[in-house]
Amino acid sequence: MSLWSRLINVFRGDALSREIAEEFEDHIAAAVADGVDADQARRRFGHIGSRFEASRDIRLIPWLDSLRGDAVFAWRQLKKNKVTTVAAILSIGLAVGACTAAFRLVDALLFRPLPVDHPERLFVLAKELKHSSHGDMVFDQWAYPQFRQMRALVKDQAELIAISYVSRIDLTYSSGDQMEKANQQYVSGWIFSSLGLNPALGRVFTESDDTTPGKHPYAVVSYDYWQTRFGGDEHVIGRTFRTGNEIYQIIGVVQKPFTGTDTGTMIDIFIPTMMMKNNGITRSDYQWFRTFVKVKPDINAASVRDRLDAAFHAFLQDSVKTFPMEYKSDIDAYLHQKLLMNSAAAGVSSLQTEYGRALAVLSVLVALVLAIACANVANLMAVNAAARSREVALRISIGAGKRRLLQMVLVESALLSGAAVGVGALFAWWSTPFVVSMISSPVAPTKLALPPDWRVLGFCAIIAFAVAIWLGVPTALQVSGVRPVGALKGDTVRWRGRLMHSLIAVQAGFCFLVLFVGTLFVTSFERLSNQPTGFSSDGVLTLETLAASPVKAVFWEQVADRLRSLPGVTAVGLSEWPLLTGESWNNLVSVNGAPPRQTQSYFLSTSPTWREVMRIPLLAGRDFRGSDGQLGAAVVNNAFAKEYFGGEDPVGKSFDMVSFSGGHISFRVVGRVANARYRNMREPMMPVAYLPFSEDYSRGTYIVRTARPNPLALTATLRRAISAARPDFFVSNVRTQNELIDSHTVRERILAMLALFFGAVALLLAGLGLYGMLDYTVFQRRREIGIRMTLGAAPGGIAIRMTGQALTRAVLGMLVGFAFGVATARHIQSLLFGVNATDVSMLAAPGVAILLAAVMAAAPAMLRATRVDPAVTLRSE
Amino acid sequence: MPKADKLQGSLDLLVLKVLSRRPNIHGYAIIAAVREISEEVLRVEDGSLYPALHRMEETGWIKGKWITKETGGRSRVYELAAAGKKQLVAEEARWRSVTFAIDRVLRTV
Repeated sequence: MSLWSRLINVFRGDALSREIAEEFEDHIAAAVADGVDADQARRRFGHIGSRFEASRDIRLIPWLDSLRGDAVFAWRQLKKNKVTTVAAILSIGLAVGACTAAFRLVDALLFRPLPVDHPERLFVLAKELKHSSHGDMVFDQWAYPQFRQMRALVKDQAELIAISYVSRIDLTYSSGDQMEKANQQYVSGWIFSSLGLNPALGRVFTESDDTTPGKHPYAVVSYDYWQTRFGGDEHVIGRTFRTGNEIYQIIGVVQKPFTGTDTGTMIDIFIPTMMMKNNGITRSDYQWFRTFVKVKPDINAASVRDRLDAAFHAFLQDSVKTFPMEYKSDIDAYLHQKLLMNSAAAGVSSLQTEYGRALAVLSVLVALVLAIACANVANLMAVNAAARSREVALRISIGAGKRRLLQMVLVESALLSGAAVGVGALFAWWSTPFVVSMISSPVAPTKLALPPDWRVLGFCAIIAFAVAIWLGVPTALQVSGVRPVGALKGDTVRWRGRLMHSLIAVQAGFCFLVLFVGTLFVTSFERLSNQPTGFSSDGVLTLETLAASPVKAVFWEQVADRLRSLPGVTAVGLSEWPLLTGESWNNLVSVNGAPPRQTQSYFLSTSPTWREVMRIPLLAGRDFRGSDGQLGAAVVNNAFAKEYFGGEDPVGKSFDMVSFSGGHISFRVVGRVANARYRNMREPMMPVAYLPFSEDYSRGTYIVRTARPNPLALTATLRRAISAARPDFFVSNVRTQNELIDSHTVRERILAMLALFFGAVALLLAGLGLYGMLDYTVFQRRREIGIRMTLGAAPGGIAIRMTGQALTRAVLGMLVGFAFGVATARHIQSLLFGVNATDVSMLAAPGVAILLAAVMAAAPAMLRATRVDPAVTLRSE
Repeated sequence: MPKADKLQGSLDLLVLKVLSRRPNIHGYAIIAAVREISEEVLRVEDGSLYPALHRMEETGWIKGKWITKETGGRSRVYELAAAGKKQLVAEEARWRSVTFAIDRVLRTV
């Protein structure tokens, strides 16, 4: 009660003071009324001031009151320089917001534990292959038969869980053609009990739901999907959906917030592994699963790994017997793979491998920008403090201790930092989902859990504290250097110039680093997006189409004919899938019965008109004809000819496609075409053999060349035409070919965009900082300049003298930044394309930019220095 | 001459005692009462009363309130709170036991 009233009193300090004074006055008045002489009454009362202080301190919380007083004072100071304050808060706020956003992303992607029972005991198995020519590679895919053996082996120590990769499936809940999409995953039946997950509704799978291939047509959906798709309707249990030719029944909803183990992708529908099609669970060469390990309590994870490692190497020895390769280095590397058991506490996804490092680098960049912004404001505050040195001296003279002065400074910086973190939190609130949406695409929607929880709050608190300290320290040093006697006499304050100069050096160094890394990213993006594709993508639309059951190629072609007659369509081709979706079909190739070469070739089934639609030049031979399917014809690209035929013209020659299980299929080359990108934009042009689209297909892609600038405008017309021509056809994905190309440069585009933005911010802030400091230096030393001028110094010399030191520091800082950049560049090499971090030309742009900015920042101060009029300055002092 | 405010506990005791007899009086009246009853033996500097009053108020022994005087202006008057009554009993007992002990020492030695 008492604490409460004292707390209240802190915030009504003025009223409290008035009340105490009033009471004292009343006392004197009462004494006078009692017949005491007024002077006598005052004497009897004692020292009013000290009684007043004592009473006041009793009635409130003194330390809090002094804090409040400082806060009010700081607030007035900040209000006095509104523009500067707003600029300071915005610049730091932007940087804090960027840092918070980066933290949220990194945390959500890499560190936030899965909402499962004991995530720290969850691991994922991976194999590391050290290859002499390809470098180190890590894979985490496993074949089901191996998984099953490994599970049995460590049954008493750990539970192994098979989880497939995510598929985005088309499904329908009604008998009509209302198709929709959902993320689906095959999981072991015991996943939910192993991870300690209960049903929110209905029931979840158990081990008995995952025993017999093809016999468990049941699905469990995630809570999130249940809410968004069904609005939390309890009648969802028992509902069925059809995907392809299969019908599944929903038996339960798993508790929230679990949405699978694939961080960045929310799984909507879980299906037992036994329902996987195409021999996915029987063939030991189809590696379609990740293997998770939930170690039992009090069991050493390393011992589990060792037991699994032995089994793993037995599989390797076994499988190498049927190897079609004869390259010893390959086989050696294959046999010496290492089994890794990595933590899966935060989930496992390709998003992590793809974006983890990029986000880490961005985090460092924004942290540097924050440091630059803080250095600016810290300098500004220190300058302000220097200007206020008389006031500080007065405070010291009337008894303010160092602690009290320090408190005053820190309260001001805490006020600034608090406001900036507030602005930053708002900025992060908006920008984090924005970055996620840049990564996301309709075909692979990315969604990260970004709850505003204690992790984010804790981070904000730490940042606020760090910023407050960073802002306050230079001012505190400045203030503690004030000597009251001198300052009150009007002496020039002992100037902490060295401190400010080192802040300038730090700014220049950080700024260089940010710009340097930014230049690397921008160049990478430019070079990657300017990679030739080998085909013409403008105006090309790809329609990935599914058939209810495999349909003969002629019928696929009939639909293509329908599309050709539509207005706006100039040409239509067919392929099994579009180029550059990332999807691939690769195999070994053998020529003349020789052992297959090490390099694999890619394959794609295409219709006779496909090459012309894609505008890939025909170099020799001919395109496919209707009858080529039966004859085993192939059209190969230049890289193929070079790799397998030593650069000779392959037309008329034959080759064998060799599968990993050793099967051979013969093909005869009928044409040779120019190279075109097949899988991604990064690797060199790979050997590709195009095969005729001439069998039965349950999926195919219509490649439509349109005369429209925006081919997507034709989407609805094309969809209608396809389903009108064949009701059993369904268009699953519609994308422009340009969209597909761009999807390979998303990460580079994001990195380039953000790095460029923060580079510009860093340069602007550092330039402003330098400008402010130099301008102030000239103002400070105007008397000295006046004297020098009177003594005959040349204006140029003075300008250099005034700015030289700061500029030298800036260059020094830049050099350190450069050394640091080169030393750390190898950490970002994997994010770069076509540039070398140690390339001298990469240093030119940031160097020139900083020097230009420095000159621009220094020019006004130099001009001001040369315009000092000695007569005026010296008289005024 | 003993200075009451040098003996921390005794000023509190006196104030509480005075307020127990005469509730709702202001600071000057309290001082005047102490002076009057002790026949000018116990004298305190008037001002030192107020920190003590305010401390006891924050502790919850006494309650203060503003009343409007007939002449205009306001006066702050005090009365004992429940906790103050208990405190008074305890203080009185303590005082008696201390004075009794000192008394015995004086008589015995």
